[in-house]
Amino acid sequence: MKILNLARQAILAPAGIQDSDIEKIMNRLLSSSVDAADIYFQSSHSESWVMEGGIIKEGSHSIEQGAGVRAVSGEKTGFAYSDRIELPVLLEAANNVKAIVRQGQESQVGLVYAANAVQYYPVANPLKSLPEQQKIDLLRKVDSETRKLDARIEEVIVSLSGVHETILVANQDGSLAADIRPLVRMNVTVIVEENGRREQASMGGGGRSDYNYFIDQDQALNYGKEAVRQALVNLEAEDAPAGNMTVVLGAGWPGILLHEAIGHGLEGDFNRKGTSAFSGRVGERVASDLCTVVDDGTLPGRRGSLSIDDEGTPTENTVLIEKGILKGYMQDKLNARLMGVKSTGNGRRESYASLPMPRMTNTYMLPGTYNPEEIIRSVKKGLYAKNFAGGQVDITSGKFVFSASEAYLIENGQITRAVKGATLIGNGPDVLTKVSMVGTDLQLDSGVGSCGKEGQSVPVGVGQPTLKIDGITVGGTSV
Amino acid sequence: MQNQEEVKRLKNSVQHLLDEAKQQGASAAEAGLSQENGLSVSARLGEVETIEHHCGQGLGITVYFGQRKGSASTTDLSPESIKETVTAACSIARYTSEDVYAGLPEKELLATEFPDLDLNHPWSISADEAIILAVECEDAARNFHADISNSEGATVNTHQGIHVMGNSLGFLQGYISTRHSLSCSVLAQRGDSMQRDYWYSVARNPNNLEAASEIGRKAAERALRRLEGRSLSTRQCPVLYSAEIASGLLSSFISAISGGNLYRKASFLLDAIETQVFPDFVHIYEQPHLKGALGSSAYDSEGVATKTRDIVSEGILRSYVLGTYSARKLGLRSTGNAGGVRNLTIDSGDLDFQGMLKKLDTGLLVTELMGQGVNILTGDYSRGAAGFWVENGVIQYPVEEITIAGNLKDMLKNIVAVGNDIDYRGSTRTGSILVEQMSIAGE
Repeated sequence: MKILNLARQAILAPAGIQDSDIEKIMNRLLSSSVDAADIYFQSSHSESWVMEGGIIKEGSHSIEQGAGVRAVSGEKTGFAYSDRIELPVLLEAANNVKAIVRQGQESQVGLVYAANAVQYYPVANPLKSLPEQQKIDLLRKVDSETRKLDARIEEVIVSLSGVHETILVANQDGSLAADIRPLVRMNVTVIVEENGRREQASMGGGGRSDYNYFIDQDQALNYGKEAVRQALVNLEAEDAPAGNMTVVLGAGWPGILLHEAIGHGLEGDFNRKGTSAFSGRVGERVASDLCTVVDDGTLPGRRGSLSIDDEGTPTENTVLIEKGILKGYMQDKLNARLMGVKSTGNGRRESYASLPMPRMTNTYMLPGTYNPEEIIRSVKKGLYAKNFAGGQVDITSGKFVFSASEAYLIENGQITRAVKGATLIGNGPDVLTKVSMVGTDLQLDSGVGSCGKEGQSVPVGVGQPTLKIDGITVGGTSV
Repeated sequence: MQNQEEVKRLKNSVQHLLDEAKQQGASAAEAGLSQENGLSVSARLGEVETIEHHCGQGLGITVYFGQRKGSASTTDLSPESIKETVTAACSIARYTSEDVYAGLPEKELLATEFPDLDLNHPWSISADEAIILAVECEDAARNFHADISNSEGATVNTHQGIHVMGNSLGFLQGYISTRHSLSCSVLAQRGDSMQRDYWYSVARNPNNLEAASEIGRKAAERALRRLEGRSLSTRQCPVLYSAEIASGLLSSFISAISGGNLYRKASFLLDAIETQVFPDFVHIYEQPHLKGALGSSAYDSEGVATKTRDIVSEGILRSYVLGTYSARKLGLRSTGNAGGVRNLTIDSGDLDFQGMLKKLDTGLLVTELMGQGVNILTGDYSRGAAGFWVENGVIQYPVEEITIAGNLKDMLKNIVAVGNDIDYRGSTRTGSILVEQMSIAGE
């Protein structure tokens, strides 16, 4: 009840909206024969600070609030939203959206309050977790300590941002659920120069926590050190190889492989519509038996975690692939209902202004039995890709890419030279069948991921142990 | 007319914001306010799938206390919230540093002429009419060929926005613009090969949209022609960028000559002004005052007048792309490009698409690129690609699961020809572009 009351105070009270008003809007929606309906209230306060060129260059504060109203009948969805949380506006929105369904039986609903879901993060307001001056001091300290690390550093850019988001969602069964979601992020970018050659690298992290996350264990300073290390490696990098070869992927953020190669293809909407390369393949082998992959929204404090999704469903640890066999899809309510299964708590939306759909939370592969050094030693000639930038997938053809930002040649079981970043391209449904070794060193990423789908961006996490793929195309220039 | 009243009302609100900033002690301020309305209707497998009503608003303000700056924005336009937003921006400016380059544009650079750019053409289409149009579009795709096996649907989108901006130098302007689109995405299947592709049309004026049946037909053709694609062996060969993806090459170039990357020295084109960046036939220019075009505006996002101007002539870089801040950092003046370039255009040669294929002779036609593998600092370029293998100017078979790689500096210099098969759908206008040689990685 505590979170529900806080959410009421944050969103409804300033607008003068009572629970009885929510019932009125819901009953307006239910005056047509809908299969599902929801009203989603959101209030989000965010800030960001940027230090560049040795000065605090920018700061900004932003408030986003509004409500979205949805009615669903079969596969049809009516949706409207407003930045104005006012009863007449929301009743009008309800009239607009229910026009998508035929008139039917009227029904009436009274609100019931959902039992407290398990909370996977603190009820914190990151924006108030440090006095302004201490946020500035933190940026200055990271900037000055990072600049001291190497004489080749030309520029350091440090950014800090925080979001304090409150959501409240009412469903057609009368349930009213709320969540308060803190999110913080820090990033350090460095540009280095040596003998006229310039390179840059970035490192950052964060999670569903407050700003103390960066102060504890000098997390923030470590981002600076890591960014400098990567940038200096890039100064030495030679042209990347081109062609199909054995690739060893590092632990942690390279798990973006899983997100692109199989994650999107296992989202319920694509599979309900039969447009994914994985459609209709539950029970089939889609990976080597070394691979078990889950999507887990319940990890405490992670960037991709949620206590409840944006439809009010508690998140889960969903097994996607177990020992190589496809087990199931990630679902929101609409697609779960149409496929005759339960929502897995993956119904997410960027904001009140967009419709929810099945989205990933934290997607990762469970550890295997090999020591990471042993995996490198097993490769006669190949690529060790330690860090990655973004990726993309065509869920229908299954083709996916992800771009290495730090990579090395492996020659006769040894890491030899650094090579430039390159894009790797593969086929989702068969890339994991080529996984021949999985390390013991499962790591989750540092909390930097954002995923885009149909123009909506949501924070996500990825992770994996070191793993070996017996053949994937590496897009270098050195033939 | 009612719209003009609304512009006037929003101008008053912006003036009110600027006054409030002054009241709270700001020495200068800049504010913007926008209001948007729209309808988006999609149909799938012959039935309506979603009807979305869009109605949004937002304001943003940047204040200066001398050389210190703070910004804030909100979607809540109540008087209390507006006051709080100004207060938030002012409070941030207490913590940011003195920055000698910060501040509003030079007054003499602000736009003073505001021609009617013909951007406002509302589409009075009802949700029911939009459903019929979307279904017609999707039907054209689904009925095109027996191998069109599934659909992601067709979407009709109509949108009107009012944007007002002002600053404490006395600039206060607003305009209304519309944007409408119709798109279709379908799947083709033959044996185990399943492919998806799409086509869309977008315009300020709904009368300028391509016919629904044409859009559906093109979506279907594009999905079908990709079936049974294969990889290529790793090789070097010429690459033809089709018109709809060639704009990406130009935007990488623009990014490399943009102020932010130049003053950070994060560009492969540092100090390239007045040097040969392209072969000498290349002419690239901005046309911000084109009537009815998607990228048109009389002023940039800081109120600086936009100009029709050359960026590259005879292959030589003639001008950078600058806003006020980056210009001052470089000791230059704003080029009216805060918020980007507008209707960027590259002159075409005499060849149409077929002519460009002949010119390519034997090599790769790229029709899709994937991923973000472009490093503007070093120019290193490596992206996933799909397209067609071409021999003797004739398309042989579809190609997928390959990458194309090179360095942008060489790629720009090695452009062989620009086709006259211009794609007008974005704010960059280019035909297909032929690059002499790139590295292809495949099986």
